[in-house]
Amino acid sequence: MSAVQWRNAMNAGAGRAALGKGLPGRGPGVSSRAKGAGDEIVERQTPSMWAAVRARHVVVLAFLLAFPFFATPFLTYQIGAQSLALGLIALSLTFLGGYGGMISLAQMTVAGVAGYMLAIFGASGEATLSLGWSWWIAVPIAIAISMLAGTFVGWLSVRTEGIYTIMITLAVGVAFYYLCLQNYSVFNGFQGFQRVYAPTLLGVNFRNPVPFYFLALACALGGYLLIQYVLRAPFGVALQGIRDNPRRMNALGFHVTAHRIAAYALAAFLAAVGGILLVWYNGLITPNSVGTSWLINVLIIAVLGGMKHPIGAFVGAVIFVLLQTFAIDLIDRERFNLVVGGVFLAIVLFSPDGLLGLWARLRERISTTRPQAALHPRRSKP
Amino acid sequence: MSRIWKAFWILALALPLSVFLVWGIWHNAKLFFITLLNGLTLASLYFIVASGFTLVFGLMRNVNLAHGSLYLLGGYVGYFVGAKTGYFVLALAAGFVAAAFVGLLMQVAIFRFMQGQDLRQTMVTIGLSIVIADLLLWAIGAQVHQLSAPDGLAGPLRDIPLITAYSKYRMALLPVGIAIGVLLWLFLNRTRVGMMIRAGVDDRAMLAATGINVNLVFAATFAIGAGLAGLGGVIGAVELSMVPGEDVRLLLASLIVVIVGGMGSVVGAAVGATILGVAETYGLAYAPTYSVVFTFVILVLVLAFRPRGILGQAA
Repeated sequence: MSAVQWRNAMNAGAGRAALGKGLPGRGPGVSSRAKGAGDEIVERQTPSMWAAVRARHVVVLAFLLAFPFFATPFLTYQIGAQSLALGLIALSLTFLGGYGGMISLAQMTVAGVAGYMLAIFGASGEATLSLGWSWWIAVPIAIAISMLAGTFVGWLSVRTEGIYTIMITLAVGVAFYYLCLQNYSVFNGFQGFQRVYAPTLLGVNFRNPVPFYFLALACALGGYLLIQYVLRAPFGVALQGIRDNPRRMNALGFHVTAHRIAAYALAAFLAAVGGILLVWYNGLITPNSVGTSWLINVLIIAVLGGMKHPIGAFVGAVIFVLLQTFAIDLIDRERFNLVVGGVFLAIVLFSPDGLLGLWARLRERISTTRPQAALHPRRSKP
Repeated sequence: MSRIWKAFWILALALPLSVFLVWGIWHNAKLFFITLLNGLTLASLYFIVASGFTLVFGLMRNVNLAHGSLYLLGGYVGYFVGAKTGYFVLALAAGFVAAAFVGLLMQVAIFRFMQGQDLRQTMVTIGLSIVIADLLLWAIGAQVHQLSAPDGLAGPLRDIPLITAYSKYRMALLPVGIAIGVLLWLFLNRTRVGMMIRAGVDDRAMLAATGINVNLVFAATFAIGAGLAGLGGVIGAVELSMVPGEDVRLLLASLIVVIVGGMGSVVGAAVGATILGVAETYGLAYAPTYSVVFTFVILVLVLAFRPRGILGQAA
């Protein structure tokens, strides 16, 4: 879809440039018609922000805004806020994997770096290790360092492709886990940092479920819209071109490596915000938060929802959190990994595009069977 | 890269290393050489596990992230067989066969239907590793299982100059690792099946076109690769111990070994395993809280200068 749009936009732009030069000797009617066509193209290229809004968007947004008012605090906090925070981290992977063609398993590591930095620069239960700065200094620093880390991971792994990227990012992620686990002078080892709480701002305590839910919702919505915007911006379109054919994009004069690293940096920003939300949600960060299982859980979330659309990350996160929370009712609490691993395996085996792919296929089947039935009402009779 | 830069980088790497070497021997020669031996024996375990990983990867472009789970499985099976019968050789065989069988099952039941879909295969192995790890935890529990060394190799080896005594079992790992490496090399380079495997690494379609049953070759390779993980598991059950979480550790080690050494190359795996094993052990002995950082620095350096690994070739 985007590649076609890009081509159309390019052609339209070239055409407009040619027409804009003006064709001497022609009548004014021709030039005005050409101008009109150009304007129309411009209008189509930059549609009003509201033109893309569909009924389903309004419904989902209304539901999300109303959710904390009819749901219990438990649902608001444990399911709602956690899904949004995890979804934001998974969104960074969806952006990298689905649109950049780079599956990075280190996104949780990047989020964890942000969380650790927040705990180290901000306030936590470990007064000797934490600097105790205010949140409005600590949060930007955490995001900046985390983006640096994410860019570094990108710089390291863009030299390789496909499965190599998975291996290298996994190695980097696990190495960071062991570093946090073994190092006591900076990362406080096994215990990590306890009591890292969301701040109170303008009399609103963001530790409470409803304010925190809205904070997470605002961040998630911001991230979602940012990604939607970037995907339509020249950078995002070029990135998708690089995903589909790096050599060709290189031949067209795009700096493939720079685009990829920039994608890592942007993804790191999203992951960092998600990581900070997650730390505030948990109130602590430990090596376990960046352990292998969480590295892979982010991949599970992204794949579960489907990497073909940014919303998949959030769909996957909701399913994942629901499974995580209610697996205890279905079976033994200890067997949560078995359930999640099994679901993941089933999705990868039977629907590589995740639940969104499943939904799209279902809709396609419905829409193809209905007209057929209308066209051939009595198929049995030849 | 110009020759001057090359010389500069070699110097920049060699100088601190040689300084450390001299300082280490002068400071405490016994500790230094024991650490060296520990590193080399750990390296031979890493090599055994990672060579299976690299074999599977080289032929099938399949990053088997369930390799660590196969290691754990082989280790547990070896532990129970060894503890029941008391024969270590039997435990080794059982570990190898169990892991090879599961690997074969994976290849025949799943990967055969996903040929060429590298990313999907990799994701399937991630799912499998989660499921296998949890099934093992369910069946066996979280307690530590450590197999005792076989009678002939129990206890220390005494009267070695400089380091006085060293565990016989660990010492024996060195020749075992070398032997497995040599056997694997002979198998790949001197036998007909090995020839097929190498041909498959270079050009899968062409191998099929010459009338060879590629699926059979794939299945055999996968079984051998998985079996090596199981064999490593039994060896590791004595040297380290079997406990949930070891699968991730060995998977990470295998990943780093093949990234550093070059994917799909047995010799590369040997080089990578030596570097990783020695670096990790020295890190643990001399700077315990930063030992992972050394491993990481090595990874970064190799990727920065040789993105396909020290002995890796362009795909």
